[in-house]
Amino acid sequence: MTRTPDMPVHIRRDRFEPAPELGRLRTEQPVSRVRLVTGAPAWLVTRYEDVREVLGDSGRFGNSEDGRPAGAPPLRVPDAEAEVPRLWSPGNLLAYDPPDHTRLRRLVTGEFTVKRMRRLRPRIEAIVTEHLDAMERSGPPVDLVQSFALPIPSLVICELLGVPYTDRADFQHRSNIRLDLSLGLDRRVAAMREAQEYMAGLVAAQRKRPGEDMLGMLVREHGDEISDEELTGLADLLLIAGHETTSNMLGLGTLFLLRNPGHLAWARQDEHIDAVVEELLRHLSIVHTVIPRVVRADTVISGQPLKAGDLVVCSLPAANRDPALTADPDRFDPGRKVSHLAFGHGIHHCLGAPLARMEMRIAYPALLRRFPALRPAVPFEEIRFRMYSVVHGLESLPVTW
Amino acid sequence: MRVHVDRDRCIGSGNCVMTDEEVFDQDDEGKVVLLENEPGAGHDEAVRTAVASCPVQAISAARPAR
Repeated sequence: MTRTPDMPVHIRRDRFEPAPELGRLRTEQPVSRVRLVTGAPAWLVTRYEDVREVLGDSGRFGNSEDGRPAGAPPLRVPDAEAEVPRLWSPGNLLAYDPPDHTRLRRLVTGEFTVKRMRRLRPRIEAIVTEHLDAMERSGPPVDLVQSFALPIPSLVICELLGVPYTDRADFQHRSNIRLDLSLGLDRRVAAMREAQEYMAGLVAAQRKRPGEDMLGMLVREHGDEISDEELTGLADLLLIAGHETTSNMLGLGTLFLLRNPGHLAWARQDEHIDAVVEELLRHLSIVHTVIPRVVRADTVISGQPLKAGDLVVCSLPAANRDPALTADPDRFDPGRKVSHLAFGHGIHHCLGAPLARMEMRIAYPALLRRFPALRPAVPFEEIRFRMYSVVHGLESLPVTW
Repeated sequence: MRVHVDRDRCIGSGNCVMTDEEVFDQDDEGKVVLLENEPGAGHDEAVRTAVASCPVQAISAARPAR
């Protein structure tokens, strides 16, 4: 099967690197005109300070427009009886502005505190160990994505939320389709609806008998503050965000470290792993852009006038490799101390960042210590990078040791 | 440095707690709790990092006027 749709500049990558044009734009035209994958025109913001300004001001730059996420196409209803098909859902925090965003996010922030994550540490370590044991038992070669990078965050978020891990094949498949920008909107919307129906079923069961997990907590402690529809959308967002992002960081980050053996020694040591993880987050910036913002009233960014109603997308890899942020930004250097934007910025800053950090800080060193001779089992040129996904990463990573 | 936090702005990212747990903590809802409002000079760098890395500028710090 060949599929070579042209992706806009803010989604194109050259393996570990953002498209070179993106760097040129940042220097020459920091706020430029692009077309989103939906065809809608938007402003692309590439400088670190400008991205912070846009994401840091939810009053000037909103996430929702006419009751749907900014930039989401107004989809037509094929027959009047049917529900409006959509790529988003009530409860999806990314489609909300204050005060509703504040109300909904507050219900779950307590679940992701640094202290809560620390309590999860032994369980995450056990999950990592189980997967390393399984890799060792099966023997090389294995696909690191399927046997390590994907299942670890999937299992963690399933246990945390209260989603049966036995359903993973289905929801992982649906996530892939939903995030695949090369597919038609119809297929992506269909996968979205299936995911919604699946999650609505879990929510209904939790309403009857709330479990000890996050869904159960939300029903018990906040059941009258959140509708079933909102709870479904919120849980669906946490499930997809919880496994897609960390799994791509684990796969891509491991390959990056294997290609740069000078950094492997640091990544094996607990005292340096935090710095390595932060630099991997900055350097790889796997989320191409945050979801589009809509300009609320005429304004100016870096001298470029923007009109009310215009769409704005912010490139996270461009911002994180801005020489104004750090010297020699294209070089991987765990010694830098910078406030990168890999988790976004402003009120929509990644809710699960403490969990993602904890998972990476445990998983990379454990993997690299267990298999000191870990290496790709195929030539580098044959490793397939995700070319059409909302989140950058690897399709698969055959490894041996 | 004298540190000030704005709990109304705080979104509970936890960035400050990860930067310096002797100065910053979170309550059960994830909101920032200041443990030391005038931490010693040894915390200066961490406090500056916490100010810069807060996604919603809920932390400020300044040298107290003497």
